[in-house]
Amino acid sequence: MDQILKLSGLEAIEITPLSNFVNIGERTNVTGSAKFLKFIKEDKFDEALEVALDQVRGGAQVIDVNMDEGMLDSQAAMVKYLNLMAAEPEISRIPVMIDSSKWDVIEAGLKCIQGKGIVNSISMKAGIPEFVRQAKLVKRYGAAVVVMAFDELGQADTYERRITICKRAYDILVNEVGFPPEDIIFDPNIFPVATGIDEHRNYAIDFFNATKWIRENLPHAHVSGGVSNVSFSFRGNQKVREAMHSAFLYHAIQHGMDMGIVNPTMLEVYDDIDKNLLERVEDVLLNRREDATERLLEFAETFKGATKEKKTDDEWRKGSVEERLTHALVKGIIDFIDVDTEEARQKYGRPLFVIEGPLMSGMNVVGDLFGAGKMFLPQVVKSARVMKKSVAYLTPFLEEEKRLSGTSHQPTARILMATVKGDVHDIGKNIVGVVLACNNYDVVDLGVMVPPEKIIEAAKREKVDVIGLSGLITPSLDEMVYVAKEMQREKFVMPLLIGGATTSRIHTAVKIDPVYDGPVVHVLDASRSVPVASELISKQTNATAKARFKKEYATMRTEHENRKQTKNYIPLAEARSNKTKVNWAEAKFTKPTFIGRKEIVDYPLEEIREFIDWTPFFQTWMLAGRYPGILTDSVVGVEAQKLFNDANSMLDTLIKNKTLKASGVIAIYPAVSDVDDVHLFEEQGQDKPFATFHFLRQQNKKAANLPNFCLSDFISPERGQDYFGMFAVTAGLGLDEWVAEHKADQDDYSEIMAKALADRLAEAFAECLHLKVRKELWGYASDEALTNEQLIDEAYAGIRPAPGYPACPDHTEKRLLFDLLQAEKVGINLTESYAMYPGAAVSGFYFANPASKYFGLGKIEKDQVEDYAKRKNMPVAEIEKWLSPNLSYDI
Amino acid sequence: MKIEDILKERIMVLDGAMGTMIQRHNLEEKDFRNEQLKDHPHPLKGNNDLLSITRPDIIKEIHRQYFEAGSDIIETNTFGSTWVAQADYHLEFLVYEINYQSAKIAKEVATEFTLKEPHKPRFVAGSMGPTTKLASMSPDVNNPGYRAINFDQLAGAFKEQAKGLIDGGADLLLLETITDTLNVKAALFAIQELFDEIGRTIPVMVSGTITDASGRILSGQTADAFLISVSHVPLLSIGLNCAMGASALRPYLKVLDEKAPFFVSAYPNAGLPNEFGHYDQTPTEMAAEVEEYLKEGLVNIVGGCCGSTPDHIRSIAVMAAKYSPRKRERLKEAS
Repeated sequence: MDQILKLSGLEAIEITPLSNFVNIGERTNVTGSAKFLKFIKEDKFDEALEVALDQVRGGAQVIDVNMDEGMLDSQAAMVKYLNLMAAEPEISRIPVMIDSSKWDVIEAGLKCIQGKGIVNSISMKAGIPEFVRQAKLVKRYGAAVVVMAFDELGQADTYERRITICKRAYDILVNEVGFPPEDIIFDPNIFPVATGIDEHRNYAIDFFNATKWIRENLPHAHVSGGVSNVSFSFRGNQKVREAMHSAFLYHAIQHGMDMGIVNPTMLEVYDDIDKNLLERVEDVLLNRREDATERLLEFAETFKGATKEKKTDDEWRKGSVEERLTHALVKGIIDFIDVDTEEARQKYGRPLFVIEGPLMSGMNVVGDLFGAGKMFLPQVVKSARVMKKSVAYLTPFLEEEKRLSGTSHQPTARILMATVKGDVHDIGKNIVGVVLACNNYDVVDLGVMVPPEKIIEAAKREKVDVIGLSGLITPSLDEMVYVAKEMQREKFVMPLLIGGATTSRIHTAVKIDPVYDGPVVHVLDASRSVPVASELISKQTNATAKARFKKEYATMRTEHENRKQTKNYIPLAEARSNKTKVNWAEAKFTKPTFIGRKEIVDYPLEEIREFIDWTPFFQTWMLAGRYPGILTDSVVGVEAQKLFNDANSMLDTLIKNKTLKASGVIAIYPAVSDVDDVHLFEEQGQDKPFATFHFLRQQNKKAANLPNFCLSDFISPERGQDYFGMFAVTAGLGLDEWVAEHKADQDDYSEIMAKALADRLAEAFAECLHLKVRKELWGYASDEALTNEQLIDEAYAGIRPAPGYPACPDHTEKRLLFDLLQAEKVGINLTESYAMYPGAAVSGFYFANPASKYFGLGKIEKDQVEDYAKRKNMPVAEIEKWLSPNLSYDI
Repeated sequence: MKIEDILKERIMVLDGAMGTMIQRHNLEEKDFRNEQLKDHPHPLKGNNDLLSITRPDIIKEIHRQYFEAGSDIIETNTFGSTWVAQADYHLEFLVYEINYQSAKIAKEVATEFTLKEPHKPRFVAGSMGPTTKLASMSPDVNNPGYRAINFDQLAGAFKEQAKGLIDGGADLLLLETITDTLNVKAALFAIQELFDEIGRTIPVMVSGTITDASGRILSGQTADAFLISVSHVPLLSIGLNCAMGASALRPYLKVLDEKAPFFVSAYPNAGLPNEFGHYDQTPTEMAAEVEEYLKEGLVNIVGGCCGSTPDHIRSIAVMAAKYSPRKRERLKEAS
């Protein structure tokens, strides 16, 4: 078996003979860092975690944690710190070194780490039996071990003692305990030099030589040590200490030391050490002169107080232009992109070569990382922003070149994206567009509310290779079918990709796939779009991919057919007789503070913000998890937190600059239910209703005691008692202008962010207003006191279902709703498909009765469709079109 | 015949899902009770492990079906039989008994088949699930340092379970569906202690679960970090189970294949659940996906997890018989 030291945090690290020196971060050590000790003592664990994070970011490959301090409960502090570290993926990525002179603390630490860490340290100080016992336990817990050159007689301080003790310990461990030799790390004691004491003069040389001996004579074992000890005499003189550390390490590594506890921020680059200083340092370390210590002390005076400038993260700027471009793309750093692009342009001669060369290979790295789950969507969007900025820089040069030569460059695979007619939702489509663009696709984005003829025309004109359609509202499904039929009529053969919240594989298989002979694929989310598109385009794979998808969808259709026959539905009359049972005789009706409509213009966003439900926000960005837990999620937590911070700072700006405006309108009228309809009156006691809403009733066969719900069940059938409310709100006023600004900057990230935030604000506004309605404006729950979480979980009395959603899926009812509200007056309009514009809007009905609840209509039968068509005075065929996802039968 | 020797010769076949098979019986609360539990004040329906005691006929029949389908190794019905998981049913006091009885009935069926077909000895793996709590993650987002369970509690729980399984006659121990490596480290610690105490060892198998395309187990470790974290114990095998369908496991099996000094196992789900939570993958489809690893020689042990049935195992066994087991230099060196 290969005898390589293998360690793990969340990720693996293998220390092979070819590995570079392994840096062990040392700042998370209460004995070595006064700052860290202070944090721990004052229970400031957040700050203490920052110290660890700094170490990781500074290049530590293993992190040493030490809580040995007289005033601390070291064991409790160790456990608490390790557990907190485990919740920070960026830190827990690397292995832990559990550092203590107390076995109990070490053992408690070993019980907290899921990876394979290192125990620092055990020794023969307390005798062989104890050494063996501890070693056996370390092995059983599954850790590597640092063995101090220490025995019953004390710490080894000469070459001879060092090698004798290490040899003895090695033999016991390997032969008696069965410890894997590659998991043994010797610490042959680094002591301070230049102390003025003669016996200390050879300390460094002895260490170097002992290291060499161990590496040559104790197979597979490693050597480590605490480097900062060596410069102990020069505390306060950073410059000299840094030079000493570097020079010591330089020689120790030459002799075979392969790990060390080093503060990476306290190291000078060996070659950069002032030559005079280096000479004097090495005189001391290598004991080359009688007066070495004096000479160094003297020289050191001239450096007193000088500190090396803190190393910034600009190290990457030193790479080649290709490396810099890749780094900027992967990290999403926009600051230097113009400079680097220009440099690349000069180097490559033609702007196109820059795009096809370094930019594309950089984006391929991004694509690979994303595909492999190592980058998350928000990062990719930032990468795309950098890419676009670079391309924007090159565009004038491209134009110029084109003008001169009269040719244009061959586009790569080209994909047309559109949100279909009547639909305004485009966040998802934009994300897919960005991801595709990142992967070398030329994206032709036709925007929102795109009529089919425009899609067909653009597809021909732009010679696209793929068409991608997106939609969020139900009518968009039909629109997509229509586009597919048009594509068929035009004898198109290119692949058609279907995506968006309302779409599904089953709908695609049953409704869209059969009408188009080209490949049709439902794409679940943005990350799937690239593999699907590339598979369908590549000449090698397109034929088999098409056949596979066609077959898959055909199978789904057959299964759908078979499944349908087993569903149970009951006649409408029977469903009506099984309506929700509400005891109207004892119901309490609250008279609202007003009857009629009320506008709420320019409602304060600060107040709305408090009502935001963040979980769907993260879903928009394809980060799975519930807020706030997602912020500490081990996989996406870091990105989620960044996204959350960006979102909040954008919110701050939006609110401060009044970029967005939130307005809405509500209305409440006396009402009475009449089977599945609800009639409204301008005043209580009037004879003739002035408007009627039509609702639909569940028709699936229910278990005993479960009613077949209809929203009208929640309004009293007795005249003169009940009320019915409605509302429409938006937080998207001003969004278009603002987005246009960001479009000009090629800033997809901000654009998607702004849209996602506007959506969240609209939802939050609806929530906020509903609360106001319950407590004040209608006042039927004036004593309600709920937390935001309870609000999100809908723990309040009454409901606010929206037309187009599961309880009342018919979008056409929105027309009457909007007419009664006169929603256009506050800036909310309806498209011909009854989508609301601006898109960041919410509308719906208020039901006050505590018995009212959200439900999904499910499938309905032809008898109800016919009845409903009659009630609404609309042709059956048209109703069927609007309700197609809810029909129990095929049309 | 020692299982290590058989594994060098051919690919061995595990069984498939237990839960899926139990569901077919549409059991009621009364099926989960016996004389001892007739007045137990908490509902027991759904505690499938308990059936080893209350309805051993059903469990034995399922074991039998898997052996008939071609399994070399079946798992005891003890996935949730630790006090940690049984606490949900207030049955902590019954944990040893459940493990003991489950191993005993599984061994009875195995012996029955081994006697019938001596050239194909059958083995019983004591199933040890991850419990219901994680040792390295906090369930409370506002308190990331909190732990719902600690190492010592887990080690105690696993030790009790392992003892019941070994006493009942399990030939192997299978730590499976691992979502948190610290949980399995506690189990391995406990098992080593137990081996010391009883003065003998039985082979231990470890199988982790990678839940999504990030390629990590739930507690955040990559496949190779996971392997390193459990390699201090001389395992019989390491592998992956559950989570995604067979094809999705392949890249991570490749990692194990390249790096593991142990035999490698894989028993995926029968595809992904559909929108109703059911597994639709047919035996042929699943076997075809599994064949991909067999072709590449990535594994020594195959089987099925959620959604797989005796029919799936039958197809997989037929497929497994056609290919040679994984042979790696490392494996030779380790043995």
